Amino acid sequence: MKKSHIIGILVIAMAMGIILITAGDASSYVTFDEAKRRESDGDRSKIHVVGKLKKANSDEVIDIIPSDDQLSFTFVMLDESGAEQKVFHPNPIPQDFDRSEQVVVVGSYQKGLFIADKILLKCPSKYQEEEIKI
Amino acid sequence: MVHYLIGNLGHLMIILSLVTAFVSFIAYFKAVQMKNLTWERYANWSYYFHVLSLIGVLIVLFLIINKHYFEYHYAWNYSSKYLPIYYQISSFWNGQEGSFLLWMFWNAMLGLVLIKTNKFWKSSVMAVMTFTQFCLTTLILGVVIFDLKIGSSPFLLLRDVVQDSVFVVNPEFIPEDGNGLNPLLQNYWMVIHPPTLFLGFASTVVPFAYAVAGLWMGKFKEWIRPALPWAQFAAMILGIGILMGAYWAYETLNFGGYWNWDPVENAIYIPWLTLIAGIHTMIAYKKNENALKAALILVLVTYLLILYSTFLTRSGVLGETSVHSFTDLGLSGQLLLFLVLFLLGCIMLLVSVWKKIPSTDKEISVYSREFWIFMGATVLCLMAFQVVIPTSIPVYNEVLGIFGIMSNLAPPADPAQFYSKFQLWFAVGIALLSGTGQFFWWRQMNFRTFKTEIQRPLMISLIVSTIIFVLAEVREVPYMVLLTASIYSITANCAILLRLKRTNMKLSGGSIAHIGVGLMLIGILFSSGYSKILSKNNTGLLYSNEFPDEINLNNLLLFLNEPREMGDYSLVYKGIRKKTLDLGYVDANLLTETDNPLLLQATEDIYIDSELRISKGDQVQITNNENSYFEVLYKKDNGDQFVLYPRVQLNNQMGTVYSPDIKRTFTADMYTHVRTFPDPAQETDWGEIQEYQVAVGDDFFINDYVATFKKMERIEQIEGVSLRENDVAVKAFIEIQGEYQNYMATPIYLIKDQMAGKIPMIVYDLAAQITIESIDPEEDTFTFGVRRSQKDWIIMEAVEKPFINLLWIGTLLLCFGFFIAILRRYEEFMTFRNKGLES
Repeated sequence: MKKSHIIGILVIAMAMGIILITAGDASSYVTFDEAKRRESDGDRSKIHVVGKLKKANSDEVIDIIPSDDQLSFTFVMLDESGAEQKVFHPNPIPQDFDRSEQVVVVGSYQKGLFIADKILLKCPSKYQEEEIKI
Repeated sequence: MVHYLIGNLGHLMIILSLVTAFVSFIAYFKAVQMKNLTWERYANWSYYFHVLSLIGVLIVLFLIINKHYFEYHYAWNYSSKYLPIYYQISSFWNGQEGSFLLWMFWNAMLGLVLIKTNKFWKSSVMAVMTFTQFCLTTLILGVVIFDLKIGSSPFLLLRDVVQDSVFVVNPEFIPEDGNGLNPLLQNYWMVIHPPTLFLGFASTVVPFAYAVAGLWMGKFKEWIRPALPWAQFAAMILGIGILMGAYWAYETLNFGGYWNWDPVENAIYIPWLTLIAGIHTMIAYKKNENALKAALILVLVTYLLILYSTFLTRSGVLGETSVHSFTDLGLSGQLLLFLVLFLLGCIMLLVSVWKKIPSTDKEISVYSREFWIFMGATVLCLMAFQVVIPTSIPVYNEVLGIFGIMSNLAPPADPAQFYSKFQLWFAVGIALLSGTGQFFWWRQMNFRTFKTEIQRPLMISLIVSTIIFVLAEVREVPYMVLLTASIYSITANCAILLRLKRTNMKLSGGSIAHIGVGLMLIGILFSSGYSKILSKNNTGLLYSNEFPDEINLNNLLLFLNEPREMGDYSLVYKGIRKKTLDLGYVDANLLTETDNPLLLQATEDIYIDSELRISKGDQVQITNNENSYFEVLYKKDNGDQFVLYPRVQLNNQMGTVYSPDIKRTFTADMYTHVRTFPDPAQETDWGEIQEYQVAVGDDFFINDYVATFKKMERIEQIEGVSLRENDVAVKAFIEIQGEYQNYMATPIYLIKDQMAGKIPMIVYDLAAQITIESIDPEEDTFTFGVRRSQKDWIIMEAVEKPFINLLWIGTLLLCFGFFIAILRRYEEFMTFRNKGLES
């Protein structure tokens, strides 16, 4: 076998390895139910959950509770299937958090509580221009 | 009055530039086919018209922004009245259309250079250039044919974009002010980063055009000589562009670093890697014909990846996976079409001539330089491949969606950790190869000479690495390997550089660039691998028992003027400041707004370094009223101290944006950013009143601070109140001893029209509001009322980033190396061209 063939085979093997590991490390968008099921199965990988903040009938966001020292907070989120879940985030409440129209939390269940390492917000004002101020 | 003319003019010029681009494409194509100079001349003229009309488009769009024609959507959406001129320039490329224009502008300029410098290649290369230019121009065309939207014009009127009832009432309505520029882009780097990056983007088309022209004309080898300096130019400019973007992110965004593995960042990193791989194979082709095919493929792939990254960032396919993708303009179909068109074109062209491209079956020797170049290029390609696979995850979901398969794949949850575990080992490979390969570069080698050559650099790097392991406490095996490999690359390339110094410095580009890469790797290793969050919460208080213990709270709560320990530092938050143009940071509580948002008025005499600098009522200039700064004093036990001013920008449209402040020293950066602070819009909650009856000269306590009732005065004038003859006003002077300074509180009591009035005094630093509640003339005492609120506070994060400067220095060195290489290769091209040996 020629050197170049060996190198070629090695490169292909590495490329396959990259694809396989990426597939394994990729997270997924799931619902809270699915995330809970995974945790009870012993799967501790981090997942994405897309949803909205819980709102009262008056359209006001409710149940955002900061810790006494303001350094962390919990909130209640509804995933796409409508399931409610209390989520903990170890950082202060991001500004405009209650104005977001969509929330993506990245994290996992620990002891029955969803711990969000990362929160991605989609704010209506950020990319869209809807109203004109006179 | 709505200015219709200017927009129509702009649109006309877009159409003109589209037509002229197409005409020049056809004419250049004909000129190649018929080998006819008349066609070429015709094409050149048409191209000059294209450039002129394109510049016309740019001028018109800039005028619309500069003259604040808010009837145009572009001006309204991305600029505002009080935007300084340099940010008006950034507004220009805030929108997709403007950034396409910027890209096209560079393309057009590059075309002019190519016409000037080429003889043989002129028509064929320009045919490719004008075709891409034509495609790009359709993206800003903004024409709808049978419900099919082609491009998005920057000259749309606001009323055509935004549906608002105000336009039904009055179609001629023009808003008073625009939305303003995205606060994140209000940074000097955003004035120069996009043009640099787009110049890099644009210049990748040049090697691509040469490669296509080479295949088309059957000049399979000859295209490389003219293309090489351009490929190096593109790599250099892209490198600088990426560096600027990283630096901007580091200075402005608050994710705490310079690289976030965001799809938008990856999208430009990938073609940069393949381009550099391509450059290496282009250099190797002379000795080994197999490198030729690799060079062709890599140069073509690089441009396809540039188009792919444009598709990713501008089609909206990234959705929520990226923080900074553009608004979806509905161009995804068009962008995809171009991508497919270019891809199919490249494949067909390659397939049609593949057999004719020279190649060899000869096995290459391990002791040849080509072997090492190949290996380097392979590692670079694998590096790019590893990034492109996960970055395209949103694309897989879309594609599967087309076939009706719901895919819920999401990008890796911890991108930094995920990418690093691959890229680190590839980086080791690059460092080892770039160190070793250099020996084969300059001399014929065999096993014995190789052994003697490599001994010394190997020894030196092992010794140096060991010293660093001990001093910097590097304990993790992967980091140790990377560090050793990087130092080896630096020493080996330094050895080559020293040898070249005696012979020919013109050839030193390669080794300088490789030294730069070595330094970059060390800088990345330390600044990221050993980045340390200093503000870790060490109060020992657990938030709640229901939460697991392993959650780290990385932020620190600082109350105004209350020192807190953080690592070796003692931190004090000293209050909110405004940044003035002439006098630096000034206490925001002492300034009030005026009619002009760029002028603030002093409500008190303001002392800076105990010198009166601004008298009460004076106005000071500021650059942006949306910005406020938090003064944080860092003190070390040994007396060293410095002040950082992390920023917050309160923007009506985009909300609240925080930016860090950085204390830079050679060995480490201290990076500090505020996460949150009390909402300024919220009314202060003053608590219960506490009353103190005191006589002049008495001491009492205000919010735990010692206060002395100094004196009282009858006053004749009060601002904003007109006193009549029978009215009485009294002002009390109370000195309060704060932690860092004394404050003079001067509440006022007045009797006007036989009614008693109290004018309170607020001492913000002490969170106290003081009033004169009553005056007892018989006992000669005053009763003061004191209300307290919560002290002002911030929550901040402080991160130490060691040796981040090596990253910046290394990147600059890399680009400098490219610069030297460009000079050499360009000179070579010119010599051959002037001898008429272009082909």
